[in-house]
Amino acid sequence: MPVSVANSQLVYDAMKGVGVTLVSALPETWLVHLIRIADDDPQMTLVRLAKEEEGVGISAGAHFAGVKSAMLLQNHGFLQAINGIVGVSLLYKIPLLMLITDRGSFGEKDPWQTEGGKYTRPVLDALHIAHDDLSRPDDVEPKIAKAMTLAQSSLSPVALLLQRDLMWEEPK
Amino acid sequence: MKRIDCLKAIYPELEDCAVVTIMGAVAAELYSLGHRANFFYLEHAMGLASSIGLGIALSQPDRKVVVIDGDGSVLMNLGGLTTMARSRPKNLVHLIFDNETLLSVGGGAPGGYKWFTTATSTGSDLAGIAKAAGYPRAQLVREMEDFEKAALDAINGDELSCIVAKVEAEMPKSFLMDVHMLENRFEFPRWLQAKGGVN
Repeated sequence: MPVSVANSQLVYDAMKGVGVTLVSALPETWLVHLIRIADDDPQMTLVRLAKEEEGVGISAGAHFAGVKSAMLLQNHGFLQAINGIVGVSLLYKIPLLMLITDRGSFGEKDPWQTEGGKYTRPVLDALHIAHDDLSRPDDVEPKIAKAMTLAQSSLSPVALLLQRDLMWEEPK
Repeated sequence: MKRIDCLKAIYPELEDCAVVTIMGAVAAELYSLGHRANFFYLEHAMGLASSIGLGIALSQPDRKVVVIDGDGSVLMNLGGLTTMARSRPKNLVHLIFDNETLLSVGGGAPGGYKWFTTATSTGSDLAGIAKAAGYPRAQLVREMEDFEKAALDAINGDELSCIVAKVEAEMPKSFLMDVHMLENRFEFPRWLQAKGGVN
């Protein structure tokens, strides 16, 4: 599977580097290695969700208990979680680090991924959620660190959009 | 069986627990018995009280967490029951007051009149669903004596437990709560973290 193992590891290490010890996730292709690495790490609590909105609640509970967490999700997972993001993270001012694999942009071959990607940024902007793209390996560590810093200081959700150039290696 | 009587019966036991309640009648009635710093009232996001409880339970495994939920909320996050069951935190009690109504969002009226019932009124069995989702213990209770025993056993026990208590669809005496949501939001984690997480 041409999902980048090396860059998945980079993202994972950067998450751990900012103190994340609990991750909630639903899989999608680009997330398979990240989730597997989390599962293999005895120091990480991995919560396998049935639906993404649950992860917003779980992260809020972890924050209350003094634990840093992150959510691994995809565009449609983000869209699915909106009510929780508004009704928990935004309403109650709770930090939330979302790593969203950003499907549906240039290079997308799966027709079913082409719609959700179009709305992810406008919805993030509509909710005033700070976000940035992660496309280059060199950016991974500093951007995840800065995202976590902003989430904690602003008591808000923040999103990093994991791009094709980072997560996918086209077979030669 | 009345929700307020159930809450009175367990209130003393909640002193050292992290308590997460849903919005509306449950929050208002627990508050009316005396607010404590260890009570968090989720005033929105129906369905996520149990997810918040799960996040706390996984983060502080030595702390007892009591989620006080309702049939309407649980039905909005049925998948969450399976997430709870597979995570199986031993330190979490999931208490569900089932009044068969979306009472606090306008589905009920004074006098117990129900004009917007939930599917538990037509036979959907939340204790059965929890059991089938994989909760090691899930029980339906209809009488005060049974509720008290089940709740106290669960709070003092060491296993993920679900108790579904059938209660009247009665409005609380008042919905007024003199704790602002944000005050509650900051007070609660201060209590949770002051105790050191693993006390």
